[in-house]
Amino acid sequence: MRIKTMAEYAANGETPEVLFWVGCASSFDQRTQKITKAFATILDKVGVQFAVLGREESCTGDPARRAGNEFIFQMMAQSNIQVLNMYGVKKIVTTCPHCFNTIKNEYPALGGEYEVIHHTTYLQQLIDAGKIVLKEGGAFKGKKITYHDSCYLGRANDIYEAPRKVLEILDAELIEMKRCRSKGLCCGAGGAQMFKEEEKGNVRINTERGREAVDTGASVVAANCPFCMTMLTDGVKEAGREDSVKVLDLAEIIAESLK
Amino acid sequence: MQIVQQLLFVIAFGVAVYLFTQQARQIRKNILLGQDEDLTDRPDLRWKNVLLLAFGQKKMFRNPLVAVLHFFVYAGFVIINLEILEIILDGILGTHRLFVPVLGSLYPILIGLFEILAALVLISCAIFLIRRNVLKIYRFMSRDLNGWPRSDANYILITEIVLMALFLTMNAADQQMQARGAEHYIATGSFWISGHLSPLFNGLSDSAVIAIERTCWWLHILGILAFLNYLPYSKHLHIILAFPNAYYAKLEPKGEMENMPAIQHEVKLMLQPELASEAPASDAIPKFGAKDVMDLTWKNLLDAYSCTECGRCSAACPANMTGKLLSPRKIMMDTRDRVTEVGKNIKANGSFQDDGKTLLRDYISEEELRACTTCNACVQECPVSINPLDIILQLRRYLVMEESSAPAEWTGMFSNIENNMAPWKFGPEDRENWIQEMNS
Repeated sequence: MRIKTMAEYAANGETPEVLFWVGCASSFDQRTQKITKAFATILDKVGVQFAVLGREESCTGDPARRAGNEFIFQMMAQSNIQVLNMYGVKKIVTTCPHCFNTIKNEYPALGGEYEVIHHTTYLQQLIDAGKIVLKEGGAFKGKKITYHDSCYLGRANDIYEAPRKVLEILDAELIEMKRCRSKGLCCGAGGAQMFKEEEKGNVRINTERGREAVDTGASVVAANCPFCMTMLTDGVKEAGREDSVKVLDLAEIIAESLK
Repeated sequence: MQIVQQLLFVIAFGVAVYLFTQQARQIRKNILLGQDEDLTDRPDLRWKNVLLLAFGQKKMFRNPLVAVLHFFVYAGFVIINLEILEIILDGILGTHRLFVPVLGSLYPILIGLFEILAALVLISCAIFLIRRNVLKIYRFMSRDLNGWPRSDANYILITEIVLMALFLTMNAADQQMQARGAEHYIATGSFWISGHLSPLFNGLSDSAVIAIERTCWWLHILGILAFLNYLPYSKHLHIILAFPNAYYAKLEPKGEMENMPAIQHEVKLMLQPELASEAPASDAIPKFGAKDVMDLTWKNLLDAYSCTECGRCSAACPANMTGKLLSPRKIMMDTRDRVTEVGKNIKANGSFQDDGKTLLRDYISEEELRACTTCNACVQECPVSINPLDIILQLRRYLVMEESSAPAEWTGMFSNIENNMAPWKFGPEDRENWIQEMNS
C-alpha cells in the first residue's frame, strides 16, 4: 500500500475521491498514529481512492479558538482553506471530531465549503454499501464493548447512531454507560484542556470517565476521537485495569476485523 | 359598601399592573444593554422550538417524574388564569361568579377541572419543597444557591401552595353558602373538590362563612398581584421568558463557535496584503471578547433573566461534578446580578458611571473560565434554551486577546501553532512520519 499526498495527485493531474484529514492529534503520537494507520488501511482495502495533505496540513485552529485566541484560529483556518481550495477539495473525511466540527461548521463562514464526514459515519456508509466485509468469528465476537460518545461528535453535532451501527456488525455485546448519548460525560480534553493541567478539583475528569467505562465490565472501550483515546487510556490505567480493558478507536476495531 | 370594595380592587389591580410594567420595562432595557445580534432568521424553526421546548417542555422530560410534576404546576398556572379572568371582572364590576349564567352547566365542570389542577399544583409544590430541603439532591445542595437564591425558591413554592389552598377554601365556603341558599351566592352545581370540603363549614354561622369566603377571595387575588410583582426580582421570571428564549435559541449545531468578522478581516489582509488597497482601513479599534455585560449579546442577557437556577447545567458539567470551581448556573446568576447592577447604575446616574467592577473577575473568576471543556453538556441540559458556554467563551476571548492572560501551557500551545502549525512541538515534516512507515 502507498499513501499519496494531494500534491502527488495534483502533479499527475488527478483528483482523489476523498481527502483524509488526519489532524495533529493522530499525526505525531505513536499510540494515536495507529488510528490513522488503521483507517488508511481500511480505505485502501475497500478501494477508496484517497489522499492526505501530509506536511501541507495545519492545525484547524480549534484549540486556539476555544482557548480564546481568535487570531491564531483565523490564521490557521484561512491558510488551510487556501490549501484546500487550491486543490479543489470537495469531500473530506477525518478521524478527529474536533477537526470535523471546525471544518464542517466553522470553515464555511470563511469561504471553505466542503462535504465533511467523520470516519465513523464514513465507516457506516461503507458497511451499508457492502464494501466492508468482516471475517467470520472475528476478534470481537461475543466480547463486551462500551462506546464513549465524544462531545464534538455527540452533543456538538448530534451524531450518536452511526458509530453504534458500526459496532453492531461485530457480533459483540454492546453495553452502554449510564451517561451516554446526549448525556455522555466528557473525557476532559475538549476546549483546549488537552494542552493544560486541569484546574483544582476532587478528581480528574478522565479518572471519573475511566472508572465509569471499566465499571460496565466491558473489555473494550470504543472511542471515536484521538483526544478521548489518550484521556480514556489514562483513565483506565488509573482504575488499574489497563491489562484487561483496551481503549480502541472504531477504525482500529474494524481494521482488525476486516476479511 | 360594594362600591368601596370595587374601588379598592380597581386601585390594587391598577397599581399592581403599573408596577409590573415598570419593572418589565427596566428588564427589557437591561437586556438591550447587550450587543446587537440578529436572531430572526428561519422563523419556522424558531416557532417549532417555542412549541416543543417552551410549551411542550421537551427537555424537562429527560427526567420524566419531575417533568410530570412540573407540568402540573405549569398547566395549573396557565389554565387557572381563566378563572382569574373571572375573579378580576367580578372585582371590577362588583359581580359574583360572572360566568355562571354564560357557561351554565359547563361552569361547575370547568371549576372542577381547575380545582383538580389546583390540588395537583399543591401536591407537586409540596414534593418540590421536600426535594429541595429534605432530600440531598446534588444540584440543590450546591453553594451556588447559598443565601437569597435558596430562599427565593422556597418562597415561590410556598406562595403557590398558599394561593392554591386559598382558591380551594374560597370555593368550599362558596359551596356552603350556595347550599344554604344565600341570595348573593348564585347556584353553580357541585364543584369536584371543594364540594367535598364544604361540609367542614357546616357548624359556622352565615357571617363567618361569608367572612371566610371574602377573605380567601381577597387574599387569593392580592396574592396573585403581589406574586406578579415578585417575578421581576426572582428566578421565577422563567415562566414568562422561557417563551422568547426558546424562540431566539441558537439554531446552528452546538459545536459551532460564533465567528469574529473583524479578526477574520485583519488576518485576511495579513495573509493577502494585496487586498489591502481594496479594503478601507477601519479607524475604530475593536474590542475583542467580553469583559462586562455590555460586551455580551442581548441574547446572553435574556438567557440570564430566563434562568430559573434549576442547576441541571451544573449537575451535568464535567468540571463541576469533579469539584472544579466552574458552575454554568453560577455563570448565568452572575450575569443577571451584574446586568441588574449596571441597570441600577444607569437609572441613578443617567448613563453608566464606572463602578470599578466588571463581570470578569468581580463576578466570574479566571479559574472558573479555565475549567470549561466546551463539552456542551450545560447547553444540552437547559430546559429553557440558555447557553452558558457562549458567555464563557466570550470572556475567554477577552482574557487572551485583550489581556494576554493565559496559562503558560496555553501560551506554549499558541506559539507552537503559530510557529509549527501544530499545537505540539512537531514540525510539518513530522506529519509524514506515519506515511513513511506505511509506505516503506
